[in-house]
Amino acid sequence: MSRDLLMPLNGRAVDATPARLAWRLWFAAPAWPGLRDWLLAWPLPLAVLALWALAAHLEWIAPQVLPAPDAVALTLKESLLSGELWANLQVSLIRVIAGFAVGLVGGLALGVAMGLSPTVKDYVYPLFKAFAQVPVLGWLPLLMLLVGIDEGLKIILISKAALVPIALNTYKGIQGVPTRFIEVGRVLRFTRWQMLGQVVFPAALAPIWNGIRYGFTHAWLALVVVELLASSEGLGFMIVYGRQLFQLDVVLAAVVVVGAVGYALDKVLAAIEKRLLGWRKEAF
Amino acid sequence: MARTIVPRPLRGFVIPVLLTAVWWAAVHFGWSTSPLLVAPSKVWQTGVEQVVSGKVFAALGASLWRDLVGFAIGAGAGLAVGALLGASRVAEKLVGPSFHTLKQISLFAWIPLLSVWFGLGDAAKVAFLSLAAFFPVVLNTFEGIRSVPADMLEVARVLKFTPAQRWRKLILPSAAPSIFAGIHLGLIYAWLATLGAEYLLVSGPGIANLMIDGREHFWMDMVLFGVFVVGLVGFTLNWIAGRIEARALAWRGRSVAQF
Repeated sequence: MSRDLLMPLNGRAVDATPARLAWRLWFAAPAWPGLRDWLLAWPLPLAVLALWALAAHLEWIAPQVLPAPDAVALTLKESLLSGELWANLQVSLIRVIAGFAVGLVGGLALGVAMGLSPTVKDYVYPLFKAFAQVPVLGWLPLLMLLVGIDEGLKIILISKAALVPIALNTYKGIQGVPTRFIEVGRVLRFTRWQMLGQVVFPAALAPIWNGIRYGFTHAWLALVVVELLASSEGLGFMIVYGRQLFQLDVVLAAVVVVGAVGYALDKVLAAIEKRLLGWRKEAF
Repeated sequence: MARTIVPRPLRGFVIPVLLTAVWWAAVHFGWSTSPLLVAPSKVWQTGVEQVVSGKVFAALGASLWRDLVGFAIGAGAGLAVGALLGASRVAEKLVGPSFHTLKQISLFAWIPLLSVWFGLGDAAKVAFLSLAAFFPVVLNTFEGIRSVPADMLEVARVLKFTPAQRWRKLILPSAAPSIFAGIHLGLIYAWLATLGAEYLLVSGPGIANLMIDGREHFWMDMVLFGVFVVGLVGFTLNWIAGRIEARALAWRGRSVAQF
């Protein structure tokens, strides 16, 4: 049984030299697992950062190709203080939220209609599938001809990006509600609305929410593309602008912000998910 | 009820046929004088012309070739990294947080950087495509391997499997559905990225360049034909991935779906 204690991660056989043993024990049962994980997360990014700083300062790489990390940090700080970054960030956020809202409402409506009514599904689903096969970027040239390159284009593309996964997951989620649940509802003589509100939607909530999260990720992706391609403000524009002037510190600063915002939005959605779906997990 | 008017298998065609009829009518009766309103027959002609002259195949070939090379590199690297992260807790703790941070950066934000580092040619495009395929493959491979049931690993230990046996007979088969899901996603993302790379790094032939050309010259027929081809390719890639997945997982039977 004492082998069990030494049983490492993934059950590799243990050849127990004392040093290995000590490492395994520390790793497998540290005093503060959170602290250990936190500590282990840092060496790689710090090493990359150090190598990057070294490469920049010894001028192994031209600053036009890779500016020093402190130059990027400085640019980031300056654009934060000057308000330029905030202005662009605000434009981007408004766009993504507006587009996402349109896609959310449309996707939910379409998904619910297809999920609840076989007739609607028969008529609409094939066309919807065909529409979904062409990625956002395939529609771009067509839309540019039809609506120009103004705000409308961005909202339409972002909402398309969000709509497809939301509609698909809502439809599949409603379709996937176990028949047993419906039967229980029937036995309890639920009205139509009770059935929807108390059986169908709670049961389909997890896949629907999944679709919403995917939809948001896609909307964010679409926002950056459309801003890179056709915009005169926003985070994507900052990236293109910096690229055109060969100011890679601006590009990298904007990329950092894009990553940070993506991260923050992801966290917000995860927090909402915990509240929204937390009740499900208690069952296990 | 509409239920009785149109037989079920034909219902999917109703809206497309109606839309085409409206489109045709709009052209025929001259509802709009916009040069963007081209006749459906014109789009068909352009399509035939492109296919007969082989232009569309040249463009499509260039795009697909890049797509496949980039996908192969990205998926290969993704499998390796995903397997490493999945199999080793130390590797996961060292690399995982950095990986999860990096993946938050919206994919297309990499393009301007890659264009500085690799130029505007095929190298930058392929690098970008492999990045697009890399992330979903890593994530799904990692999750697939992590969810190999612990009691099965215990059985393998009791049976004294060698590491090679453990991988071949237990871990890979058990993680296969998730790995294939990742590869499937990688394929879709790589195709999206193929189009994006052609828009943003305009040089050389490609299907998206064909559409950009069409847009610049206001050739609506060309753009519509491009949309159709892009959709068809996406559909075909999806279909192929689905078939391979079904084949590779056929041994699992349908027990999971049937319970």
